[in-house]
Amino acid sequence: MSSPEKWTHPGPDAAPATAAKPTAEQVIAGLRATDEGGADLVQLLTPEGERVQHPDFDIDITAEELRGLYRDMVLVRRVDREANALQRKGELGIWVPLLGQEAAQIGAGRAMRPEDMAFPSYREHGIAWTRGVKPTDLLGIFRGTDNGTWDPVETRFHPYTIVIGNQVLNATGYAMGQKFDGKVGDADGEATICFFGDGATSQGDVHEGFVWAAVYDAPLVFFCQNNQWAISEPTERQSRLPLYQRARGYGFPGIRVDGNDVLATLAVTRWALEECRQGNGPILIEAFTYRMDAHTTSDDPSRYRLSDELELWKLKDPIERVKVHLVKQQWADHAFFESIEAEAERIAVELRDYCVTLPDPPAGRIFSEVYAEGNHVLEAQRDEFLAYHAGFAGGEH
Amino acid sequence: MAAPTMDRPAADATGVPAVQTLTIAKALNNGLRASMEANPKVIVMGEDVGKLGGVFRITDGLQKDFGEQRVLDTPLAESGIIGTAVGLAIRGYRPVCEIQFDGFIFPGFDQIVSQVAKLHFRTQGRIKVPMVIRVPFGGGIGAVEHHSESPESYFAHTAGLKVVSCSNPADAYWMIQQAIDCDDPVLFFEPKRRYYEKGEVDTTAAPGPLFASRTLRTGSDVTLVTYGPMVRTSLEAAAAAEEEGRSLEVVDLRSLSPLDLAPVYESVRRTGRLVVVTEAPSESSISSEIAAKVQQECFYSLQAPVLRVTGFDTPYPPSKLEEEFLPDLDRVLHAVDRSLAW
Ligand SMILES: Cc1ncc(C[n+]2csc(CCOP(=O)(O)OP(=O)(O)O)c2C)c(N)n1
Repeated sequence: MSSPEKWTHPGPDAAPATAAKPTAEQVIAGLRATDEGGADLVQLLTPEGERVQHPDFDIDITAEELRGLYRDMVLVRRVDREANALQRKGELGIWVPLLGQEAAQIGAGRAMRPEDMAFPSYREHGIAWTRGVKPTDLLGIFRGTDNGTWDPVETRFHPYTIVIGNQVLNATGYAMGQKFDGKVGDADGEATICFFGDGATSQGDVHEGFVWAAVYDAPLVFFCQNNQWAISEPTERQSRLPLYQRARGYGFPGIRVDGNDVLATLAVTRWALEECRQGNGPILIEAFTYRMDAHTTSDDPSRYRLSDELELWKLKDPIERVKVHLVKQQWADHAFFESIEAEAERIAVELRDYCVTLPDPPAGRIFSEVYAEGNHVLEAQRDEFLAYHAGFAGGEH
Repeated sequence: MAAPTMDRPAADATGVPAVQTLTIAKALNNGLRASMEANPKVIVMGEDVGKLGGVFRITDGLQKDFGEQRVLDTPLAESGIIGTAVGLAIRGYRPVCEIQFDGFIFPGFDQIVSQVAKLHFRTQGRIKVPMVIRVPFGGGIGAVEHHSESPESYFAHTAGLKVVSCSNPADAYWMIQQAIDCDDPVLFFEPKRRYYEKGEVDTTAAPGPLFASRTLRTGSDVTLVTYGPMVRTSLEAAAAAEEEGRSLEVVDLRSLSPLDLAPVYESVRRTGRLVVVTEAPSESSISSEIAAKVQQECFYSLQAPVLRVTGFDTPYPPSKLEEEFLPDLDRVLHAVDRSLAW
C-alpha cells in the first residue's frame, strides 16, 4: 500500500480544480497516472490475458470456476445490452448501463456468501445476478411499474438506492447489527458489502459511513467502483488523491484493484469479506474500472469525454481477457463459447418478452404499503380515489 | 394502535406506587427504560446520550444499566445517526435516535424523507423500518439560534412517516413506548420547555391509542386545537376565559400525522368556532391543514372563519424576542374574542 508521502500537492501552476471543465491535458494526465491504476493496483490477469502473480492476493482458480465467471460476465453484459436496447425502443423509461464494469461486479458478487448482505447503488445489475435476483426483477424500476420487485430479505440484496450515498449509511448500520448479533469473529461470520461510485465519495453520507464503520468496527466492505466519471464529472473533481488512499484517514485499509480483472476483484473482495467476518473490518476497495457506455440512456458522453479514452479502455475489456486466457489455457473450446452465447440469447429474449408484457400496476398500488400499520387519513383518501375510479367503465384501470 | 403488549412488572410489586408524580423528562426516561427492559432489540443512539444522559438528561442512567451496545454515544453527524439506524432497523433492531435539538435535524433530513419514510413502500412491505426519532422541539428556553424551532410540518408532509407530540408526563411515558412498539417510523416531538413540568403518571392504567387526539377540557363557545408546548398555554387560556364567562373546549392533537380530526369536527359542530394554536410558523403547516379540513367538513356549522394563533413566518428570533414570537395566553384570548365577535 502506498504511503501518503507518495502524493504531492498539485502546486501553484496546476490548473485550478474549480475550472468549469477539465482540460484535455488534465484528462490525459489523469489517464497516464491511472493507466495501470498506479503502482498499487492489484492485478492477476492482464488485459492480454496473461496470468500474473501477486504477493498478497494470489488465488487458485480452476478451469471450471473461470468458465463460470466468464459465463456470468457474458450473460450480465447481454442483459445489460438488451435492457439498453429496450430503452431505445421506448420499452424502458431509462436504463443505467453496466458495460465495462462486469468484472468488478461479478468478482465482488461471487466473493460473497449467501449469508452476507449487499447494499447496491443503481448500476449493480451484475451483483444482482450473483445474488440470484432475476434480471426481470430489475425491470420494474426502469419501466416504471414498480420500485424493483426482488425480495431484499430473501436475496440479501437491498433495494436499489437512487439518492447518491444514502445506502452507505444504511449498510453501515446493518453491519453494526451483524456485529451486535455476535455474527463476527470467526470463519462462520457474516459481513456486509456496500457499492457506490467515485462521485458518491464526495457525499457526506459516505464520509459518515466511513466514520461510523471505523468507530464501531463494522464488518463492512466499502466497494467503490471508480468508473472514472460521475455523469460528466471526472474523478479529479471529487478527490485530490487516489480514492483508496482515503481509507487511511479513517483508520482502516484501502486497496485498489483492477476492476476489469475478475480474478483480482474476486481475490481482493474475498479477502476483504473474510477480514470483516473475522472482525478486522471495515475495508475500502476501489475497483479501478471504466463505464464504457453513457452514464444512463439520458446521458451524452460525447459532450465531455475524449474518444481516445474510450478506445484505451476498450483494450482493457474485462471479458475479452478472460476469453483469451481460457483459450490459451485450453480451458474452453469453441463449443463452450457458443453455448454461452446461446444461453445469453435465450435470457435476452426472456427479458424482452417479460418487459413488453409487464402490465401496468393497478391504480390502488399508489396507496399500497405506505405504512406498516396503516393510516386512517390515507385509507380514507384511497377509498375516495378508488370509488372515483370505479365510476369509470373498465373498473380499476 | 393497540396498547403496548410487552410484559411490565406490576408497579406495586416493585414497591413503586402505580401513580407517580413525574416530570415529562423523567416520564420519558422511565418509558424508554420500560421499552428497553421489555425488548432487547430496543437501542438508544445519539450524541451524548450515554454517559451524559443527553443534553436534557432524558436518557439518564440508561447506558449504565443497559451497556454501551444498547445506548450508543455516536459520532457527531445526524445523517449518520439516522442512516445507520435504518440499517439496524432492517437488521431487526428498534433504534430510538435522539436529535439533540430541533434545528439539527436537517442534516438528517435526506435520510428521513428518502429512506426512513419510503423503504416500506418501495419494497411493498418487505422491509419495515421501525424506528423512533426523538426531537426536543420548540422555543421558550432562551436558547441561541437553531435551538428553538418547530420543524414538525416538514415530516407530516412526508408519506411513510408518523409524527406525534406529547404534552404531559402521562402521555410522555406511554407515547414513547407506543412509538417504539409501532412498526412504522415515528418522529417523536418533545416539548422541551415543558420537560420539567410535573404531572401524574399511572403506570398500570392502560393507555389510549397513540395516533388519536384527546379532548382535555370540554366547553361550548370556542374550540381550541393544539399540541405539544402550546397545550398548557391553551389550557391556561381556557381557564382565564372561564373567569370571563366563556367556555372553551381544548383538544390536544397528540398525533400530527395521521391527524385524528374526528373529535375536532365533532367539537366544531357544537361550538361553531375554531382557533388553532401552535408555535410553528403558519404557512403551509399543520395549522393550515387543520383549517382546510375543518372548513371542508364543518362548513355549515362554522359561525366564524377558522383562526390561527401561531409563530410568525420568520426565522425563530433571538431569545430576547421570543416572548413576542411565541403565542401566549393573551394572543390566544384575543383570537377567541375575534372569533366570537364574528
Ligand atoms: C444526492 C444525489 N444527487 C444527484 C443525483 C443525480 N445523479 C445520479 S447518478 C450521479 C452521478 C453518480 O456518480 P458516481 O457516484 O460516480 O456513480 P456512477 O453512476 O458513475 O456509477 C448523479 C449526480 C443523485 N442521484 N443523488
